[in-house]
Amino acid sequence: MLNLDSVSDRLLEEVADLHKVPVGAFNIRANGQAVARNSTANIEITPKENGSGIDIKIKPGTKNESVHIPVVMTASGIKEIVYNDFYIGEDCDVVIVAGCGIDNCGPKDSEHDGIHRFFVGRGSKVKYVEKHYGSGDGSGKRILNPGTEVYMEEDSYMEMEMTQIKGVDDTVRDTKAELGKGARLVVHERLMTHGSQNAISNYRVDLNGERSSADVVSRSVARDDSYQKFDAVLTGNAACSGHTECDAIIMDNGRILAVPGLEANNVDAALVHEAAIGKIAGDQLIKLMTFGLTEQEAEEQIINGFLK
Amino acid sequence: MLELQHVSFEVNEEGQDIGILHDISFKIPDGHLTVITGPNGGGKSTMAKLIAGIIKPTSGKILFNGQDITDMSITDRARAGIGFAFQQPVRFKGLQVFDLIRLATGTKLSSVDACKYLSAVGLCARDYINREVNASLSGGELKRIEIATVLAKASQLSVFDEPEAGIDLWSFQNLIKVFEGMRKEIKDSSILIISHQERILNIADEIIVLSDGKLVEHGPKEEILPKLAGTMSAVKRCEKERALEGGEE
Repeated sequence: MLNLDSVSDRLLEEVADLHKVPVGAFNIRANGQAVARNSTANIEITPKENGSGIDIKIKPGTKNESVHIPVVMTASGIKEIVYNDFYIGEDCDVVIVAGCGIDNCGPKDSEHDGIHRFFVGRGSKVKYVEKHYGSGDGSGKRILNPGTEVYMEEDSYMEMEMTQIKGVDDTVRDTKAELGKGARLVVHERLMTHGSQNAISNYRVDLNGERSSADVVSRSVARDDSYQKFDAVLTGNAACSGHTECDAIIMDNGRILAVPGLEANNVDAALVHEAAIGKIAGDQLIKLMTFGLTEQEAEEQIINGFLK
Repeated sequence: MLELQHVSFEVNEEGQDIGILHDISFKIPDGHLTVITGPNGGGKSTMAKLIAGIIKPTSGKILFNGQDITDMSITDRARAGIGFAFQQPVRFKGLQVFDLIRLATGTKLSSVDACKYLSAVGLCARDYINREVNASLSGGELKRIEIATVLAKASQLSVFDEPEAGIDLWSFQNLIKVFEGMRKEIKDSSILIISHQERILNIADEIIVLSDGKLVEHGPKEEILPKLAGTMSAVKRCEKERALEGGEE
């Protein structure tokens, strides 16, 4: 077992579904330091020489293996930038679970900026799961600014599930992807903000190779006085297809700005964007109330389903 | 038993009160299947919404098992034992068919049990149980899922607002079977269907006819159905109105 306090254990469970030391390769970072690390025969995790982060090298042909790299912060006032680079060889099929949990009970801001770069080899399949979570009642903010860069070689596939449901005060999420021939990127973002939180999510996806395709879908809920901005630009530089969708529910005094952008630089690029923002439909509430749910219970069920 | 006592409903449009339902009184006894029918615009769907609590009457009382439920919320009426199938079922992004059926029963239902309700409405449960209740479902599929949720809720009084609207002929045959099945197992509960369909009227115990917001007939099917043939169609009503307008010129 890891020797972590109970708050860190809880955060690990929230962001990586971890109850114990994970199977396979992992690197667990707590309060600015690596506290546990394990490489396997096919997945090697090494710290960068300058100490700024880790390199994760996955051998070609690695299948059905996983890497966990969760980060937890429980001390108030820590600010860190970590650079993690993933080199995924050809013909791999792997799951990468990242995520960051901050518990800030103190007066100072805590901030973790994780910059992840993925180099996905030809024909490889990667599932990336990232959860962000904040807790603690201190006056210090919980800040997460993830940067993600994805470079996809021919016929590679990457699915990204990114979730931030609770407790992060401020977030600027920058995701950038470059797709080669036949590469496919699928992004599912789930976001809920409450209180006076701010969340900005930027996507820049360049479809550079023939037959490349991208599907970037964001579902979000802004409650209380929170603010969200979703800014997704797909650029089609070849015969490719791209779809971006922002589907959002606003409640209370929540505000959302959706800025979908498409740029076609090739006559065979087919790009679509959809954006819809609105409050929960009255009919949906009424339907669940005819089952005996209160209005509040109905609202919860609708949001849970929407963000599932 | 459901009882309406002198129920009226008005809406205010551009400063004018417009009567939708006028002084309606009737009883729906337990163990009965009652169908409310009548021309379009006669106030049938308004009646269904009044019973479910979605709208409140301007005057009059609604009693359920002797209790005055006129001012009760939708939630409390549902808990008291009233179920309601929408004429136009609602879509939900993210919620799955299983979620909806589970919420309808109000229990931690197993997916095997949830599947029974889908099979009962003629859907291959395996193909639907994990589907999202979103725009990917056709109108007919949604309608059957809507009916499945009301079956799952197993209310003392189940109200169906035009269950046949928007479904194809093949689905309609199955729908009749669903209601016939419900009719057989009705016991101490009751069913109220808003419908234009003769085949649904045919399985009724009692028929209520609403026209121009007024209750014009109420009685056993054997008595009411023969009177309806050819008399209540919307076309006829239009012709009548046109003739009246012509007469005024």
